[in-house]
Amino acid sequence: MLTALIAIPALGALLVAFLPKGRDELAKLTALVVTLVVAVLAIAMAIGFDNGGPRFQFTEKYWWIKQFGVHYAVGVDGVALVLILLSVILVPLVVLASWNDAERSGGVEAPPKRSVKTYFALLLALEAMMIGVFAATDIFLFYVFFEAMLIPMYFIIGSYGGAQRSYAAVKFLLYSLFGGLLMLAAVITLYVQSANAGHGTFLFDELRNLHIEPTTAKWLFLGFFVAFAIKAPLVPFHTWLPDAAGQAPAGAAVLLVGVLDKVGTYGMLRFCLELFPGAAKWFTPVVLTLSVIGIVYGAVLAIGQIDIKRLIAYTSISHFGFITLGIFAMTTQGQTGATLYMVNHGFSTGALFLVAGFLIARRGSSRIDAFGGVQKVAPLLAGTFLVAGLSGLSLPGLSTFVSEFLVLVGTFTRYKVPAIIATSGIVLAAVYILWMYQRTMSGPPTEKVAGMRDLSKRELVVIAPVLVLLVVLGFYPKPALNMINPSVKQTMVKVEKHDPQPTIAEKGIRP
Amino acid sequence: MSQVSVAAGSITPPHIEYGQLAPILIVLGAAAVGVLIEAFVSRPYRYWSQVGVSLVGLVVAFVWTIVMGVSHTPHHVAALGAVGVDGPTLFIQGTILVLALMSLLLIAERRHEPSPFTAQASSVPGTAEERESLVAGILQTEVFPLMLFAVGGMLIFPAANDLLTMFVALEVLSLPLYLLCGLARRRRLLSQEAAVKYFLLGAFSSAFFLYGTALLYGFAGSVRLSDIQLAISQKGGMEPLLLAGVALLSVGLLFKMGAAPFQVWKPDVYQGAPTAITALMASCTLVSAVGGILRVFYVGFETLRWDWRPVMWAVAILTMVLGAVVAITQTDVKRMLAYSSIAHGGFLLTGVIATNKAGLSSTLFYLAAYGFTTVGAFAIITMVRDAGGEAWHLSRWAGLGKRQPLLAGTFAFFLLAFAGIPLTSGFTGKFAVFQAAVSGGATPLVIVGVVSSAIAAFFYVRVIVLMFFSDPAADGPAVVFSPTSTTAVVVGALATVVLGVVPGPALHLAQSAASQFFVR
Repeated sequence: MLTALIAIPALGALLVAFLPKGRDELAKLTALVVTLVVAVLAIAMAIGFDNGGPRFQFTEKYWWIKQFGVHYAVGVDGVALVLILLSVILVPLVVLASWNDAERSGGVEAPPKRSVKTYFALLLALEAMMIGVFAATDIFLFYVFFEAMLIPMYFIIGSYGGAQRSYAAVKFLLYSLFGGLLMLAAVITLYVQSANAGHGTFLFDELRNLHIEPTTAKWLFLGFFVAFAIKAPLVPFHTWLPDAAGQAPAGAAVLLVGVLDKVGTYGMLRFCLELFPGAAKWFTPVVLTLSVIGIVYGAVLAIGQIDIKRLIAYTSISHFGFITLGIFAMTTQGQTGATLYMVNHGFSTGALFLVAGFLIARRGSSRIDAFGGVQKVAPLLAGTFLVAGLSGLSLPGLSTFVSEFLVLVGTFTRYKVPAIIATSGIVLAAVYILWMYQRTMSGPPTEKVAGMRDLSKRELVVIAPVLVLLVVLGFYPKPALNMINPSVKQTMVKVEKHDPQPTIAEKGIRP
Repeated sequence: MSQVSVAAGSITPPHIEYGQLAPILIVLGAAAVGVLIEAFVSRPYRYWSQVGVSLVGLVVAFVWTIVMGVSHTPHHVAALGAVGVDGPTLFIQGTILVLALMSLLLIAERRHEPSPFTAQASSVPGTAEERESLVAGILQTEVFPLMLFAVGGMLIFPAANDLLTMFVALEVLSLPLYLLCGLARRRRLLSQEAAVKYFLLGAFSSAFFLYGTALLYGFAGSVRLSDIQLAISQKGGMEPLLLAGVALLSVGLLFKMGAAPFQVWKPDVYQGAPTAITALMASCTLVSAVGGILRVFYVGFETLRWDWRPVMWAVAILTMVLGAVVAITQTDVKRMLAYSSIAHGGFLLTGVIATNKAGLSSTLFYLAAYGFTTVGAFAIITMVRDAGGEAWHLSRWAGLGKRQPLLAGTFAFFLLAFAGIPLTSGFTGKFAVFQAAVSGGATPLVIVGVVSSAIAAFFYVRVIVLMFFSDPAADGPAVVFSPTSTTAVVVGALATVVLGVVPGPALHLAQSAASQFFVR
């Protein structure tokens, strides 16, 4: 089942890539059909997922490179499953949203026309790898997807991005490669540790029970953590994100920030915590500090941005701070909240980037001061932008509120000061979102936006599902939480942390 | 040698196992036939007969190697102990033969221009004599026997079980290469400069090698690797003669593979030599040199490893970092690949330093993986051409991805393999040597390795940026496809994919080849 989920988009990518020249429409349709099929399959799988069952389900395991002890092993727990769902839902929407993007190359200026089918083939390849990276239960396999994933994204940014695209693409690739290579050293050492313990393996299940000497574990933790912190991105490692997201075509930015970066936080939760619980606890103060810095720093910088896409990128840095805060708070609420946050942030930022993409495509500029008073000219566009923005500032009733609240409560029960400082992030979020809305949408329509089209049917179809999901998960997050909770409990067992004695607040939010 | 007894004027002829030496003998025999062809066949027929002889010679030698490897587990010495026939050696020889076949495809290339080689090497560049020979359409067909001699030397070098045989092999492989380097058709002065440089430095390093051999003979009373090893374990390892001998010998060996600080020749020679020859040197010579290093350090100096390891650590670190850092500033695509090859030499050394079976097998695998990718990459370089020959300057490659997506895509793929991105053979190889190094206790070396891989990735990616994200120049280079170089590219690309995605069989082969170590 999981293999099919990986194989279908991969084969689709090949198919699209080898379509004859000039059949652009066919390429787009093929990509859409393939991604929809994958989405349906994944949803069917999610329905079949047994929340009370064993941790990893839909598992498959075959030898891949026996000489290295490498398996092709896939399987999902609740955390991985919700992230896969996030990916498969976003990708078809991105395909639809970037229907005309490849020709226009991100909408900024007018670079020469670029190959349409290559763009969609790269998107499909990316989808295959995104699913693979979340599904892998063999660390070598995870690493392969983790690194290979960079290549399609690199080409998407570099070939279809904005004016500074090649700089942004290279920066993105080099940062990620550097982190990845450090992780490679850690992966190898981990294997050697297991081999010295008698049985060399890359399987997550087996490595989980491996006893590692504390000093080594700290180094290994660092190897993994730096890679994930670059990916996520956590504050000192974040400088690539605004460039990459700002230059990527809007559709790719959705996947970059919405899904690819989640691999970082997912990796922290899955690998850093469970493989090196002792080291994780040792490093917790550092990570919490970085997270809090990230929350405030990202938010403050977001306020100062003059480019819409860069602004959204900085808000994401702030949000990733919340996610790592929740993960390293080491409480069930914090981690469940963080996982839900990953999903919600994917949809919320996805929505923001999508609407921003529509805006930019209309105006041909991504600068905030290029807009003004759009509300009057294109009410639907402005409305969806507002809802997406409000989800970004975690308005109650939207799903992001649930997760942010969970994270903060979960952190507060153990670490009061970081939680209090983090709360300021919510206030700052209101500033950057609403101020951006005010500058672009409200007020009298300027001549710059005169004659701007409102959302087309295609664009409505793209944005509606995301907004619906944001609202539905905001009022009824239970299915997602039920899926996530058992897996997080396992992590908690592994790090040997127990939730602090329940406070009054706990009753209300425990599903 | 000890069995060659000179008694009462009669010499007992030594016993030679012709069957086991056949691959070497076939290649050298084909080279000799090539020389005869030059002497007796008239000019119009020479090219085809030379190509035929070389092709047949290499293929037969390769098949013979395979048969020897499959039929029984080889683990013995031949030719009175001068040549070792064992798993690792056969693997290395097989690799060299396949890579030589691919390089032969480039050497025999005639579609791009009459030949990649100058019409008459003796004519001074820019003179009437040179023009005459060009107009006459003379083809330089001596390159084929020269190449076969070089390949023959490369086959003996990693198999040589005593230092004298090794020295002879070193000369047999080097001398033809010095010549071949000077035969480029375009940019002849650069080519001749490369040849002279290579010759002078090569002769110098050979002298080091020979001096080291002499000192080791003084120490052990024999040039046999196994005798040296025995002497080391008996006499202890702190003799000045021994240490000086090992040091000098290492200089000679490290020079051939181009490890820092003996790497200065590599960029100049790779740049100046005809690209087909560069491909041969970058693949076969490297494989052979590393094979020789493996044998000397795993057999001869194995018991001394606590003494040579720190030095090799330093050499490996220097090689990786220097190759990666200096490559960043290169603007000539061949020079860039030369520095990349230096950096890869450093990665190979991390496998050598592991001194365990995993180290041996992973180094073998790395050699094969790197060789295929390299020949493929150089084959592409021969195909991208300007009016004045190959488009060597990187700026000329700008926008190639827009005009020739398939070719540029393949080149990008090779570069990603050099950078060690997963699902390419480069990643599998790097993973293998790093894993061996970590289990051999060389974790810091691996950290340096991954950091320099990250640095190296920068300049590989730069070329990809140039090809795909820059706009093509109006008078950009043309891409000339020809059946032979295309075959080399396709084989290289296939091997890079297969060894990256399903490396199991090849790794198994390398492991079973390394299972018995070198014969002593």
